[in-house]
Amino acid sequence: MNLSPTKTKTYVKEALLDSRLRASVDKATQTSLAKRNDKKEQIPYWEELRYKAHSIKRDVMEHLDTYLETFEKNCVSNGIHVHWAANAKEARQIILNIAHEKHAKTIVKSKSLTTEELHLNDFLIENDLETLETDLGEYIVQLLGQIPSHLTAPALHLNRQDIGKVFHEKLGIDYTEDPNELLTIARNTLREKFLNADIGISGVNFAVAESGSVVVVENEANARLTVGVPKTHIAVMGIEKIIPNMDDLAVFLKLLGPSATGQKASVYVNIVGGPAFQKLKEGPEEMHIVLLDNGRSKMLADPELRETLFCIRCGACLNVCPIYQQIGGHAYGWVYMGPIGITLIPQYLGEKEGKYSPYLSSLCGACYEICPVRINIPHHLLKLRNNVVEKGYSMKIEKIGMDIWAFLARHPKLYRFATWFPGKFQMLLPKGQSFPAPGYTGERALGKFDKKGFRKRFLEMKKNK
Amino acid sequence: MKVALFIPCLSEHLYPESAISMVKVLEHIGAEIEYVNDQTCCGQPAFNSGYRKQVVPVAERFIKLFQGKEYVVSPSGSCVTMVRKFYNELDINPELHSARDELSSKIFEFTEFLIKVVNMDKVDGTFSHKVTYHDSCHALRELGIKEQPRKLLKSIKGIDFIEMEKSDTCCGFGGTFSYKYADMSISMVARKCKYIDESGADYVTSTDSSCLMNIDGYLRKHNMKARAIHIADILAQSMNL
Repeated sequence: MNLSPTKTKTYVKEALLDSRLRASVDKATQTSLAKRNDKKEQIPYWEELRYKAHSIKRDVMEHLDTYLETFEKNCVSNGIHVHWAANAKEARQIILNIAHEKHAKTIVKSKSLTTEELHLNDFLIENDLETLETDLGEYIVQLLGQIPSHLTAPALHLNRQDIGKVFHEKLGIDYTEDPNELLTIARNTLREKFLNADIGISGVNFAVAESGSVVVVENEANARLTVGVPKTHIAVMGIEKIIPNMDDLAVFLKLLGPSATGQKASVYVNIVGGPAFQKLKEGPEEMHIVLLDNGRSKMLADPELRETLFCIRCGACLNVCPIYQQIGGHAYGWVYMGPIGITLIPQYLGEKEGKYSPYLSSLCGACYEICPVRINIPHHLLKLRNNVVEKGYSMKIEKIGMDIWAFLARHPKLYRFATWFPGKFQMLLPKGQSFPAPGYTGERALGKFDKKGFRKRFLEMKKNK
Repeated sequence: MKVALFIPCLSEHLYPESAISMVKVLEHIGAEIEYVNDQTCCGQPAFNSGYRKQVVPVAERFIKLFQGKEYVVSPSGSCVTMVRKFYNELDINPELHSARDELSSKIFEFTEFLIKVVNMDKVDGTFSHKVTYHDSCHALRELGIKEQPRKLLKSIKGIDFIEMEKSDTCCGFGGTFSYKYADMSISMVARKCKYIDESGADYVTSTDSSCLMNIDGYLRKHNMKARAIHIADILAQSMNL
């Protein structure tokens, strides 16, 4: 699936015309949201948790270098191999080298957005490694050759008929749309793969510096099998996933369940602290962690935009967004979607490629209101829009218009003169008609310009008194 | 009590009657009204589109123009947000910082002013219609205006106040968003209007003319029953001002 944020305007139009997609996304997001609100209500200190989580992340980002060193040191003493990757290319190569060293043929993966960032599946498959996603949603999306359309629910854009169809076509089974049957088929297929896989690749939700361990949160037990069954486990994480200690983990876990899936708590919390002990003879013999930068340290440099690194990828901002609710994730044209996606796109890919993304928002602020770590997304979008303009990627005509506006706005007489015209021209239009405004009108009428305007009316009112 | 009016662009040129209604209500409660003659725009459209450099001199001019006023009141939560919140994010001349901070504590959205400053707790008037309230995003999430307008509306005699479903969901206007992503914006206002229609209201009201223009434009074009009306108009009409 080749998507690009430069085509986001076209994708949005297409998505809005796709009634089947819209129905699936709307239903799924509304359900998640209702469940989230219900669970949140059961936690009276929810707001305190949000502030706490925010301050933990702020502290981490301000001292990330120290925390990363501590984390690495503790991982090494737990017997974990730690690798540093400056960019996607380096990360892919590190993973491939491990696979070659282990003479691996098959790899199982549990859901990880960071590896989507690396386009890891395609790369490994090109290098003759059988690579299989094991999260149900991610598995379906992989069968279709797509990318996830939601941070926590990869196949949220599909309905059960779509899934029945892809199972029928790709797995050669009789068509069924019964969820239980589909689940059994997927489980049987995947179980076998787990037992034969040479390597398990997982993402990381939280990396605990103090203990040198990584935390993988999930609902299907596929991640538990991924990190526990194959002889080698590779965990891939962005450097921002660090939290100081286990007490902090409690804060985030409490917030994550309701925010991500509307659950009081996620079903499985896997805390992985290294390879299996010698005596135990169970679990992987070797464990690797790949610490990925890929633009993150650049994001860290801006004290304001740094906040976008606080994201725990729960997807609540997607569910609540009146835009995401209608178009789903693919329309954003990249791995990260929704309100947090459009703040990340120009930061990861640069303002040129991401110039349309920060504008795909009405700045309503529902995302900030729901964000469990209090990322002020609308304010960051405003800053990112400014960056697009400063770097010269806004439309020339718009810039000229803004320059003229700025001049007029400082010269009230000229300003009044310029704004006097539309009111006069209004009279030339057929009665009841308003100005046609390209793009704006069509499905809605524009308001009518007043002949006099407030200032004149007010002054007249004063005079008549 | 002296009140300086801040009349945003849409109120000046498209909805002056709502601003006049606001003036009438303010005069009714005994405020002395002043119109700062040379006011233009607060700079929000340019700011929201990313043109901060162009906004700075406009904002500086605005701060100087309204310097020293006892209160500044506006019929728009969104434009008040621009001055109160977003002027802080601009590279304003440091000499004007104290004037900016002072202005941000003196500028109020109309209903917020009535409740917070004037301590009005009921409206002595009659408005015999079914009314629903749309939460404008900036008023709701940046200024924390939620209960104030509802409290005023519910106190009016004869009013049948109904909450629509998802009153706090964006109407899709978003300033320049409404033409940059016009299809998306229309799709959002369509949904908003569906909720308004389902509520059975005769009128949908709000603190902001921008949202109301967007909503009313769609309601009219699609021959839906409800009409958009600024909250200042309801208050003024109910009191026969």
